[in-house]
Amino acid sequence: MVQPLSYLKESPSQTAGPYVHIGCTPNFAEINGVYPHDLGHRMITGEVQGQRIRITGRVIDGTGTPLRDALVEIWQPDAAGLFNSPGETRGTADPHFTGWGRCPSDMTTGEFAFDTVKPGAVPYVDGRPQAPHVTLWIVARGINLGLHTRMYFPDEAEANAADPILSRIEHQVRVATLIGEAKGEGHYHFDIRLQGHNETVFFDI
Amino acid sequence: MTNGFVNRDRRWHPPAITPDYKTSVARGPRHAPLSFPTTLVEETGPVFGHDMLGKLDNDLILNFAKDGGMAIGPRIIVHGQLRDEFGRGVPGALIEVWQANAGGRYRHKKESYLAPLDPNFGGCGRCITDAQGYYEFRTIMPGPYPWPNTMNDWRPAHIHFSIFGQGFAQRLITQMYFEGDPLIWHCPIVDTIPTREAIESLVAPLDMARTVPMDARAYKFDITLRGRRQTMFENRMEGL
Repeated sequence: MVQPLSYLKESPSQTAGPYVHIGCTPNFAEINGVYPHDLGHRMITGEVQGQRIRITGRVIDGTGTPLRDALVEIWQPDAAGLFNSPGETRGTADPHFTGWGRCPSDMTTGEFAFDTVKPGAVPYVDGRPQAPHVTLWIVARGINLGLHTRMYFPDEAEANAADPILSRIEHQVRVATLIGEAKGEGHYHFDIRLQGHNETVFFDI
Repeated sequence: MTNGFVNRDRRWHPPAITPDYKTSVARGPRHAPLSFPTTLVEETGPVFGHDMLGKLDNDLILNFAKDGGMAIGPRIIVHGQLRDEFGRGVPGALIEVWQANAGGRYRHKKESYLAPLDPNFGGCGRCITDAQGYYEFRTIMPGPYPWPNTMNDWRPAHIHFSIFGQGFAQRLITQMYFEGDPLIWHCPIVDTIPTREAIESLVAPLDMARTVPMDARAYKFDITLRGRRQTMFENRMEGL
């Protein structure tokens, strides 16, 4: 006999369902007066450092139809590569930037949008820089476990080529699914494909 | 010192495609996900201060009620501890909940069930865990309701939970069920979870010890997030 490890198991995931807005963005769901505003609707809270950018996108199902009931969250460092989080021990992040955003898909077009700043680079576990990117988390009816992925920037080809995560992808043809599309000055578009030959690379992290 | 999160046991969670829950068929990814060690990106996350909360945020009986009214339904307290896989309480974590009213109807424009809305019930609440990871809500017992999947599927009574931990990799959405609800074992969404043991970890027992006499019953729902490795022996390179 040996001692039991007695560790706990993570609570199993369940779908966010069609009414995720009630809990996470109640004002968007027209439940007004409970919270003053929906959390994560604003990432920039003052005179922010760095380049302001806008990220738009859609979450698209296996039939090519954009989801109109998804919820997308993004998490990223500031322009200097620092996180506004107690877990950040390398320095102090820009106080006018939260790093976290939350946006429901538009109920008609399925589009989400974030007004943010272009993130700086963050080190990988071995010290190599990771190319600038935002990390995304997607939940919706029909998604049983929240999906993690990243959007990298099309104007960072050199950094992307050296990125430790992108280079781990066995089928390099799929790297393109993680690169946003430049739509104009400071505007990037990122479609997330849940299935199909362009299925976005999702992460087990 | 931290050294990343314990790998997520993906066999414990529902798989991406679960044909009996039809919506997953066109929405679940087909490819295997890419595995890599958590980095600072995944080990950090947003923080939410207690000062953000309104005093009724965790009271769904009153937080949408008008003119001294109250939400209709059996009054309950839902409480528990948020901890990680090593049993450590997770303090300062935001928990958001949402649910149907006592008749099984959600306050949402896409909802069409014939049960009536309750004018005094919005259906959302939130709180932040205390220094030991404990949390508490007051609400009404949600009703079960039918949903379009096969021609006769019913959701057991449930409360949706959205949980932030200390790192973005811990982000989790799940649902709490109630002890003794026979619909749990007929629900295709519950059944996406592969094992009975894992399903039972989402079923909150009646907690007579925390019941408020002549007022509200209590259910205890402990939630577990991924464990954070800790070691005195740091194996990262200088400066990380």
